[in-house]
Amino acid sequence: MTTEAPRTATEVRMKIWRGEGSGGEHVEYVVPLDPGMVVLDVVHRIQATHAPDLAVRWNCKAGKCGSCSAEVNGAPKLMCMTRMNEFAPGEEITISPVRTFPLIKDLVSDVSFNYEKAKTIPPFKPKPKDADGKRRMYQEDVDRVQEFHKCIECFLCQDVCHVIRDHEENKQSFSGPRFFVRLAALEMHPLDANDRLDLIRAKHGLGFCNITKCCTEVCPEDIHITDNAIIPLKERVVTAHYDPIAWALRRMRGKREDFAPPQPKPPSA
Amino acid sequence: MAEINTAVYDVIVVGAGGAGLRAAIEAHAAGAKTAVICKSLLGKAHTVMAEGGIAAALGNVWKEDNWKIHFRDTMRGGKLLGNWRMAQLHAQEAPDRVLELEEWGALFDRTKDGLILQRDFGGHRYARLAHVGDRTGLEMIRTLQDHAVAQGIDVFMECTVRHLLTDGGRVAGAIGYWRQSGALVLFRAKAVVLATGGVGKAWKVTSNSWEYTGDGMAMALEAGADLIDMEMTQFHPTGMIWPPSVRGLLVTEGVRGDGGTLRNASGERFMFKYIPAFFRGDTADNEAEADRWYEDKRNNRRTPDLLPRDEVARAINTEVKAGRGTEHGGVFLDIATRRPADYIKRRLPSMYHQFKELADVDITKEQMEIGPTLHYIMGGIRVDPDTAAATVPGLYAAGEVAAGMHGANRLGGNSLSDLLVFGRRAGQAAAEYAKGATAGRIDDAQADAFAKRLTEPFERQGDENPYAIHEELQNAMQDLVGIIRRREELEEALAHLERLRARVARVHVTGTRRYNPGWHLALDLENLIGISEVVARSALMRTESRGGHTREDFPKADPEWGMKNVVSRRRDGRLVLSTEPIPQPPADLRELIGEDKPQEKVATGEPAIIGGKE
Ligand SMILES: Cc1cc2nc3c(=O)[nH]c(=O)nc-3n(C[C@H](O)[C@H](O)[C@H](O)COP(=O)(O)OP(=O)(O)OC[C@H]3O[C@@H](n4cnc5c(N)ncnc54)[C@H](O)[C@@H]3O)c2cc1C
Ligand code: SF4
Ligand code: SF4
Ligand code: FES
Repeated sequence: MTTEAPRTATEVRMKIWRGEGSGGEHVEYVVPLDPGMVVLDVVHRIQATHAPDLAVRWNCKAGKCGSCSAEVNGAPKLMCMTRMNEFAPGEEITISPVRTFPLIKDLVSDVSFNYEKAKTIPPFKPKPKDADGKRRMYQEDVDRVQEFHKCIECFLCQDVCHVIRDHEENKQSFSGPRFFVRLAALEMHPLDANDRLDLIRAKHGLGFCNITKCCTEVCPEDIHITDNAIIPLKERVVTAHYDPIAWALRRMRGKREDFAPPQPKPPSA
Repeated sequence: MAEINTAVYDVIVVGAGGAGLRAAIEAHAAGAKTAVICKSLLGKAHTVMAEGGIAAALGNVWKEDNWKIHFRDTMRGGKLLGNWRMAQLHAQEAPDRVLELEEWGALFDRTKDGLILQRDFGGHRYARLAHVGDRTGLEMIRTLQDHAVAQGIDVFMECTVRHLLTDGGRVAGAIGYWRQSGALVLFRAKAVVLATGGVGKAWKVTSNSWEYTGDGMAMALEAGADLIDMEMTQFHPTGMIWPPSVRGLLVTEGVRGDGGTLRNASGERFMFKYIPAFFRGDTADNEAEADRWYEDKRNNRRTPDLLPRDEVARAINTEVKAGRGTEHGGVFLDIATRRPADYIKRRLPSMYHQFKELADVDITKEQMEIGPTLHYIMGGIRVDPDTAAATVPGLYAAGEVAAGMHGANRLGGNSLSDLLVFGRRAGQAAAEYAKGATAGRIDDAQADAFAKRLTEPFERQGDENPYAIHEELQNAMQDLVGIIRRREELEEALAHLERLRARVARVHVTGTRRYNPGWHLALDLENLIGISEVVARSALMRTESRGGHTREDFPKADPEWGMKNVVSRRRDGRLVLSTEPIPQPPADLRELIGEDKPQEKVATGEPAIIGGKE
């Protein structure tokens, strides 16, 4: 493809990873730019005019489905929510697939790791209903869980987490921040009666996380993954694991009051 | 044949949105060996994008609400073209289906008493939509997805089903391809549930994603099933219009439900000028009453900002045509001057985010610029109301791909509830059917012919670009089969579609079969064009205006047409259209709808008196 500089201010130069499996390289394209465009629009324009077989995932184009994850100039982002005006005119823009998962082709990675991990999570199990057959939960009690339910499964947090990004061998025993969010959502659900704590430690590898907060920084839904999900889970696992009395009490009381409301904690916690 | 991998099931569900997942859960629970198949990754279907809520007469906010009023609102909103039995089942069962989601872990916003909170939406007499801020669909799909996975249901992701296989007139399976590898895959199944959604990608300005290429409708048609009401397309009144790259993206009706109002360029709340006779009894005719209605529904009528979507979309269209539109050809939606900033951010977080990030507009301070966007299709596969069975044995359909429930216009929030109610019924009936059926025979010649069609675009000679053809299709449908239709334009559209069809036959696909969107689009175009033709021909046939179908040359509703469905089917390789009478509701339900002879007074824009019963 062409390597000349953009001919006018309304053109954009973009390098996109092209390749299948392990082979590939960044290929440069030049296309016209319209007002308001996002990175995904440019990728689509390249696809329509230069590279019909360019593989890319998307659905909603509004940051709601979590399909269009990629690394934009090295930063994990949703392509549909990354405006072209964030880049300086003439700035080189390079788009690569998320790296933590094996490449299928171009911008599409094999994210089946996540769907396999999802299968290992013990599901929601509701407590008995109220005497009148209804279920009551109060907004202040569901607020913190609703934060976790905002997750759009973009897997950007999984992509940046060094535990699996740099260590293929850890994938077996570590589920990653997305699933800590999921586990926290279940554990803090006001109506849930399932117990997953031993599993969280033994199977999902919470202990591998050293609270670098990289996951929180990239979450497009602004979920406070470390402060609100991981740290409270860690505390809970520690209490349950090392304190048999707390463990027994928890069993007797049900879990609702076990969690203090999520408090931001320093990374050293 | 031997080279195609084959999977064998009792029931396959094509589509993993709300309808498909709910169907699969039910079929699996009934003991059928079940698989669910989807074009995208699991959890990315359209359902994930739904914003405003799920309509169900739970009566948590207004205890006066009940299924009967929901039924009435649905039938009237659908301009009495809907299937009464579907509307009845839907209204009766929606509350249980919503509560069931709570049993599976969903967390809806709460009332002060700890129950599920409900919000106002267009055409609903009471605040009725269970919701989670403005990301209800995400809560719904994730709940269903997690539940389905926990049940161990097999999921085929990024797998596109392209043709149904038949055995002597009944369904025997399906054939398609894996998007990731390009390998073909064959499913043998006793029953197939189609839950593939709509066909919005035929239009240029749409809230729909690439998945909406009419696959389910095209496959059903090919297999001999009937489609109905295909002229009934919904243009949602509030899509984003600026900047161009976001044109069509949805702005939830929840903005109006939570107090937002529409204004033209001079600031006038123009909806008061567009209250049709049919809704006059239910609709406030002055601003003071409209604004009081949010707080006091007993003594005030609903704001016209929340008239059914077809009315609002037409009104916006008229304002813009009359020169009272905004700079970019839309109107304003204002919540900034009407509700406090923190309320807006809490109730509509993703709208706040969407405008801020994509349009540099702060909706707590500025008005939004909006215009109609193709959003939904009321028409689709004809089904039996109780079992969701299509007219081909072994075939079922639920969700947006099915028709009947919403008549000529769907009320907001009634889709998500429709998915749950009829998804469950479809799954149940398909499993039941599979129990009593032996597997159909796979006709090798048929399967081979389909397999050949799937890979043909690689072998063909020609230089057509599928993306360019798609763009032309979208422009043609937008211009010629849009909100307002005319005979000449519809005929022109049909001629245009023929030319595009010929060009699709000259598309040559480059690259490998591995994750090749050019190839996928080349195949999708056949469905898009096929179903666009059905829409245009149905629109040509219905010589009246009703709901989502407005004919400039037949501007009034016609009582005769109000009793008929337009039915489309393929016979001997040709598309055949006819009309058939709509089943009329029994007397007690007719009473609920609110008039003795409803059909005579539906006309849009025509003065007549409609008395609601409340
Ligand atoms: C932005 C937006 C907001 C909305 N908000 C609301 C709302 O607030 N309330 C409401 O009630 N409704 C709302 N709607 C409408 C509602 O979301 C949809 O009508 C509904 O989700 C459709 O659900 P479904 O299960 O029928 O199909 P979908 O959820 O679209 O699922 C279709 C499935 O079929 C699969 N599929 C399609 N073709 C094939 C094929 N050939 N092979 C294999 N799989 C295939 C897809 O991959 C997908 O999994 C909204 C719609 C949009 C676009
Ligand atoms: S905080 Fe933990 S989970 Fe998050 S990126 Fe760092 S190590 Fe991974
Ligand atoms: S937690 Fe955030 S970053 Fe991780 S998958 Fe969910 S939305 Fe994406
Ligand atoms: S396309 Fe849905 S998040 Fe980007």
